[in-house]
Amino acid sequence: MISQVFILSSQGDHLIYKDFRGEAGSDVVNLFYEKVTALTGDQPPVVMRHKDVHFVHVRQGGLYWVATTTADTSPFTIIEFLNRLTALVKDYCGSLSERSVQMNFALIYELLDEVVDYGYIQTTSSDILKNFIQTEAVSSKPFSLFDLSNVGLFGAETQQSKVAPSSAATRPIQSSRDQGGKSEIFVDVIERMLVVIGSNGVLMKADIEGEIKVKCYMPTCSEMRIGLNEEFSIGKSQLRGYGAAVRVDECSFHQAVRLDEFDSLRILRLCPSQGEQTVMQYQLSDDLPSAPPFRLFPTIERDNGGRLLMYMKLRCDLPPKSAGINVSATIPVPKGSVSLSQELSSPDQSAELQPQSRAVVWKIPRFPGGTQLSALFKLEVPGFSSASMLEVGPVSLSFELPKITATGLQIRFLRLSPFQPGPAQRWVRFGMRTFDSDHEVGPGPSEDPVQDCFHWWIHCLLYLSQQDDVCWTESVCCLTS
Amino acid sequence: MPYIGSEDTVRDLRRVLSNPNVQSDQLRYRNTILKVIRAMSQGVDVSGLFSEMVKACATVDIVQKKLVYVFLCSYATLNPELSLLVINTLRKDCQDPNPMVRSLALRNMTNLRLPSLVEYVEQPLTAGLRDRAACVRRVAVLGWAKLHNLQTNSEIDAAVVNELYSLLRDPDPVVMVNCLRALEEILREEGGVAINKPITHHLLNRLKECDIWGQCEVLRILQRYRPQSEDELFNILSLLDVSLISPHPPVMAATLSLFLSLCSGLPAVGLAALERVRGPLLAACGNTSREMQFTALCHIQLLLRSLPGLMGEHYKRFFCGYAEPAYIKQRKIEVLVELVNDDNVAILLDELRGYCTDVNISTAHAAISAIGRIGRSYSDKCLEILTELLGLKQEHITSAVVQTMRDLVWVCPQCSRTVCSAVEGCEAEIQDSQGRHALLWLLGVYGEQVSSVPYTLEVFIDGVRSEASVGVKMELLTATVRLFLCRPAETQDMLGRLLHYCIEEETNMCVSDQALLYYRLLHCGIEETRKVLQCRRSDPSLGVLIGRPAEPINQWSYIFNTLEPLRPGAIETDDALTASVSAPLSLSLSPALSPEEFEDLWLQQQCPTIFRCSPQSLQAAMQLVNIQTLAFTPPHTLPWRVYLYTNTQNKHSADTCHGTLILGELLVKKNTAEKGIKVTLKQQPRDEKALKGFLSVLTTVLHALSSE
Repeated sequence: MISQVFILSSQGDHLIYKDFRGEAGSDVVNLFYEKVTALTGDQPPVVMRHKDVHFVHVRQGGLYWVATTTADTSPFTIIEFLNRLTALVKDYCGSLSERSVQMNFALIYELLDEVVDYGYIQTTSSDILKNFIQTEAVSSKPFSLFDLSNVGLFGAETQQSKVAPSSAATRPIQSSRDQGGKSEIFVDVIERMLVVIGSNGVLMKADIEGEIKVKCYMPTCSEMRIGLNEEFSIGKSQLRGYGAAVRVDECSFHQAVRLDEFDSLRILRLCPSQGEQTVMQYQLSDDLPSAPPFRLFPTIERDNGGRLLMYMKLRCDLPPKSAGINVSATIPVPKGSVSLSQELSSPDQSAELQPQSRAVVWKIPRFPGGTQLSALFKLEVPGFSSASMLEVGPVSLSFELPKITATGLQIRFLRLSPFQPGPAQRWVRFGMRTFDSDHEVGPGPSEDPVQDCFHWWIHCLLYLSQQDDVCWTESVCCLTS
Repeated sequence: MPYIGSEDTVRDLRRVLSNPNVQSDQLRYRNTILKVIRAMSQGVDVSGLFSEMVKACATVDIVQKKLVYVFLCSYATLNPELSLLVINTLRKDCQDPNPMVRSLALRNMTNLRLPSLVEYVEQPLTAGLRDRAACVRRVAVLGWAKLHNLQTNSEIDAAVVNELYSLLRDPDPVVMVNCLRALEEILREEGGVAINKPITHHLLNRLKECDIWGQCEVLRILQRYRPQSEDELFNILSLLDVSLISPHPPVMAATLSLFLSLCSGLPAVGLAALERVRGPLLAACGNTSREMQFTALCHIQLLLRSLPGLMGEHYKRFFCGYAEPAYIKQRKIEVLVELVNDDNVAILLDELRGYCTDVNISTAHAAISAIGRIGRSYSDKCLEILTELLGLKQEHITSAVVQTMRDLVWVCPQCSRTVCSAVEGCEAEIQDSQGRHALLWLLGVYGEQVSSVPYTLEVFIDGVRSEASVGVKMELLTATVRLFLCRPAETQDMLGRLLHYCIEEETNMCVSDQALLYYRLLHCGIEETRKVLQCRRSDPSLGVLIGRPAEPINQWSYIFNTLEPLRPGAIETDDALTASVSAPLSLSLSPALSPEEFEDLWLQQQCPTIFRCSPQSLQAAMQLVNIQTLAFTPPHTLPWRVYLYTNTQNKHSADTCHGTLILGELLVKKNTAEKGIKVTLKQQPRDEKALKGFLSVLTTVLHALSSE
């Protein structure tokens, strides 16, 4: 049972406030903000209490989404609800930010009114809600010259129009109504990966969590069929032969997915509702089908002047056609490091010392496959002792890899049946996102304690390519090559 | 804030709202209303515009209507008279052919929260229950609950209740769930909606039609149901098995909660259910939402109390990610400590060692003390890591390590040698009072094993004038006196100086009193002092981490799927067995029971436990915990009997008290071989949980008595 719902900006501005049961006053909003900003590090901020009022909140899009409730309420329900609410707002307003919430407050009030009555959740299905929601979303997307780049000379279709801008999927679902005919479906395959690698280069732990998301802008969508790799297998027992099977350990599906053709043909059938939904989730642990995309070779020593020299060589093992983007390496350094001098192998890279997180952050905007970069960092550490070496590492890497999935999962085709009257556009994007890719190395030889640990993060990529059935297969080929 | 000119804002808005030109222009009118709502949600008091907004309510534009209703519902309680004007429009809308307009009007009519309007609302609500459109029925059903809570002391309308019960069979699942919710609120005094066999089976059969929110609600309410036979119970359980492994965490949690309450008498089934949810819970730990991860982690901690081996092989799932927030890291560290076994201890300690240098100080401390807890079973490896951490020479790490070592030595005295050599020389690093407190304790207790202690203490004593912490000063006194007992020659002089300073100059009463105490104690002779100060150095009985007995599920099942496990330190209470048992259960003397009734109700049910106790103080002690002794034999006659009764109230089950009456007989037969009390208990209605709770309260009392 939810007593109130409110949305606060990170500065504490009241964006939305809705009281469902009239049990507590609106002063709790300020109270919440005081509490959340007064938190010390070790308090779990998810649930807080003030007398009988319990605050449950999630942070999304830089905003606090808060529900007040009673002690015996299920936290799973409330948190799932708040997450669902953020997803709905994202669907209806296009994106999730302070600005979009501010501009669409009337729409959000309307949503809240339909979703919750007297503190009880009524429905969060966008299929049902779309009949009730009347307010039009105000899109906060600023005008951008990039949007024009997709228009060819004299309106001709250019090669670029085969690729949608990555912002294409961040528009409100409702606007499809008046833009008439712009019915589109986006399918995202996103994998997040966690890898831990020992200092000797041995893979210690690998986890991949992946999901297939469908974002549907069609007001009425008939059945759609998504074909996965035919050699897709679940669990170890199903592995057939030695082929390049795509294997996952566990797999779960959205309840609306019908699996009659899944066992034989690996086809998912579903009637997507408007908005975004996760159709399939899968996990794979401890058995990476391919080598990690990056390797780091660190050397660390002290020079005569007592400075710490860190020489980092980073190699990208992706195929030459692919590239990692927004690669960022975080190297923890000893406490009290004061200054950094750096030698980087190319001018587009940058590195800085962040004293509050005690780390050197090395950023590489674009890193093509098959190349190698190096960096030399010289750190001034007053009072450096041999024990300070223990504080160096583990190194973590975060990056985005467009067009690549670690498990090798692909979408063979995407069909809408019966055939749509209008031209429905189908878009697929693949990406590997590393939410926590830890590349970690166990204690090395004692002379060189720095080669300790690496973390990796892979942030995945959003790549859009327009598909019709024929050119679709082609583009898959080009993705896999 | 930008609201300084809020009066101007309100005046401007009023002018625009009452401008006939604006009123005739649909779009401008709506935009002005938008401005009002925006000001309202930013915290500006726009209640002065109420009458203008009431006028704006009469429109065919649904968006405008919705906006105006948002405003009216927020301010209606401030303007009860003006709100009467809205009612007519609302009632008219209730007749509208468009079901969306009807449900909108009905919902907002009930959201005005004005008791004075109840008479106008009842008729449309009654009609709403029979409306063709499901969305109107949904609103009408909850409307009755709102109405009831507006005037709680009025009579419950039996006709409405009957109507709501019959709507449980409504084809729309949301209407059905709303009926449950409304009946729960309306019938709260009677214990909520009646959950009998037909209703239960009806709800279970329709469970699949509901969305996840409806399922959670139904599962929660079904917790009150008690199956009549074991066959029925198992049928229900197998029906629910699908929801138990649901990919939606809320459904999974609600189902497990229901499982645990249905199986409270069948611990083996409960444990099997815990095994079954392992997969979904682990999946929830990998959820993209951090908050959901955190919730799952907190609940896994609960499960581990009963089934310590549950997650053993999945320990890698609890390794912290670099970018995770501190609150998740700390919970994961707590879980990791529980998962240690011979196979994974090396990997786990390696992982934990990495967290000890975390940027977040409290995470680093949590990791260090986790290593200390693992050290209770694997002391060598852990001490090696802790010693290595001292080498970092960082204030906060050194301080946490010394505190951890102190706690470790108290449980594992065999570590003392390593600890003593490790702490030597680290006094310069420790700045905070808790760290110095721990260090002084170690130096005092193990003074004879560390050669440099007198020098260390001398530094402390020389600086005692500038010492701010009372605790450190008192610990310093104790440590110095203890050291004097084993190394008198080196310590005598500085002890004299310290005592002199504390007695003559110290302003804090506690410190100077303690100094005086030691001074007088030393006067009594060295043997006396030794007796007082050389107490136990360790207490191995405090319990070793591994092999801690698994708790029964019902010790925690009542807080499962509530906000309780998410509170900081919620898990820490498990050491105090009595606290966790008596907390959910409170006893009361009402309803009172006459001796005759008592006799009538008496039945035999054996539940023997054996204790020693002294009969005299029994009655007083029992009354302290709200157990009434009704009759007992005179003291010193054998066999000696006590009859008692009490009522239990389950506070956690939210609904009104479902008391259980417990009757008991205590029987002492000194002539039998076993010395002890035989306890016979009878209860009505049957409630295993309450019985267990009562027994442990009783045991606590008897324990307390027998130890006197």
